[in-house]
Amino acid sequence: MRTRRTIAAALSVLALTAVAACGKDGSPNAAAGDNAPKLPTYQVKTDVKLDGSKTWAAAKSRGKLIIGAKADQPYLGFEDLSTNTRNGFDIEIAKMIAADLGFSYPSQVEFKTVVSANRENAISQGQIDYYVGTYTINPKRKESVSFAGPYFVAGQDLLVRKDNTDITGPDSLKGKNVCSVTGSTSVKQIQPYVGADKKVTQYDTYAQCVDKLLTNEIDAVTTDDAILMGYGAKNAGKTKVVGKPFSKEPYGVGLNKDDQVLRNAISDALKAHEDNGDWKKAYDATLGLSGATAPAIPALERY
Amino acid sequence: MGILFEDGNFALFRDGFLQTVELSAISALLALLIGTLLAAFRVSPVPALRAFGTVWVNVFRNTPLTVLFFAVVFGLPRLDVHFDNFTFAVIALSAYTGSFVCEVLRSGINTVPMGQAEAARSLGMTFGQTLRLIILPQAARTVLSPMSSIFIALPRNSAIAGAFSVSDLYFTQMTLTDRGYAIFAIFFWVALAYLAVSATVALLFRYLETRLEVAR
Repeated sequence: MRTRRTIAAALSVLALTAVAACGKDGSPNAAAGDNAPKLPTYQVKTDVKLDGSKTWAAAKSRGKLIIGAKADQPYLGFEDLSTNTRNGFDIEIAKMIAADLGFSYPSQVEFKTVVSANRENAISQGQIDYYVGTYTINPKRKESVSFAGPYFVAGQDLLVRKDNTDITGPDSLKGKNVCSVTGSTSVKQIQPYVGADKKVTQYDTYAQCVDKLLTNEIDAVTTDDAILMGYGAKNAGKTKVVGKPFSKEPYGVGLNKDDQVLRNAISDALKAHEDNGDWKKAYDATLGLSGATAPAIPALERY
Repeated sequence: MGILFEDGNFALFRDGFLQTVELSAISALLALLIGTLLAAFRVSPVPALRAFGTVWVNVFRNTPLTVLFFAVVFGLPRLDVHFDNFTFAVIALSAYTGSFVCEVLRSGINTVPMGQAEAARSLGMTFGQTLRLIILPQAARTVLSPMSSIFIALPRNSAIAGAFSVSDLYFTQMTLTDRGYAIFAIFFWVALAYLAVSATVALLFRYLETRLEVAR
């Protein structure tokens, strides 16, 4: 009875907090005329056999792959609700892997939005087969999930108003109002620069931080530069990315901890598409639209 | 389950708990004040005040709290009203809860027999005196149970503030989750903490009921 009451109380907390997750913006205007870089198409492999991969076997018998992704990051993982399509660099990475695992898009691939807080949970419970969405590889997360990659290295950076001249990097943030997403690693890393007597403002989405930036209530938004580029491109002319990354955020593909066979297969897929130029094409047609040149492709970590 | 006692998490959890308690307590007091005032407005002989009370209750009682938070946190700064996030949260929570308190009190006022007010008036009391000395004390005793529901709901509603940059328990949960701890363990402790707050409020009201309940 006591536990039942605890669960009931806990559920009510959850229901309330779930409601608090919102804040979608319009789609980023990715149509840059006819000479814009085109998205690559991926050749679907036939007769793929991954003996010993539970995840892959389950996806095969289900007849489709379920991929976890973000839905609110322009140019990275974005869901356009008006056309019901997803676009962005992470989405492309997810598609190339799907093709190499023998699933053709869109008939045999389903994307599922999973928020940051629920990633490990969704992966370990098998709600998704793998996850691609600005997922930084770190030791703590490796305890509950495993990572293929990295396929991209981002770095924490700052987004400021266009006319701002006094914020040139993290060292000029002392006592400034800085904003990031609730409980994120970015907050932990920026706090020492801001100083202990000034709290970092934290909202549910970066879009809310950017809104506060535009109403002059905060001075800088901080998170991985890849994410900031997307928002910078969306609010072109009003904001700019400082461009002094001060951390390394290797993005990996998250998957079930015990599935080494699948991890190797995903690493192989990443390698193949990096080598044949698809990676670069995908970058140019997504994140590259914000004007940033493609960074070096990181070396894969196989373990 | 031992996540509270590693990596200095306990300090974070404790701060979150205290912030939730503080936010709930301040909002509860303000809501009680606003609700009482609104109830007085709604039964007053002045039409303008009655209208004000009615509009307030209908607006805030029918707005989802999250939407209200959005309006306060992102709307007020556009009208050049700037407070810190904690103050914004108190404003949203007490305005919302106040409307419920008002309606509960008003239903209590309706239970006080008409003869009481008439008797007070014939003794020469003003409207304010009648309300303060005769009507409200009787009304408040009648509505202790529904009132307890409102104030048990308040700390749980306050979790929404965690998504708007107030470092409460929900905020603690998000932070720990992002650091990659087992989600159930985090959830267990946070739920337990909310339960502790709600249970305390419930006990307080039970005590009040035994002391003040009107014998009929």
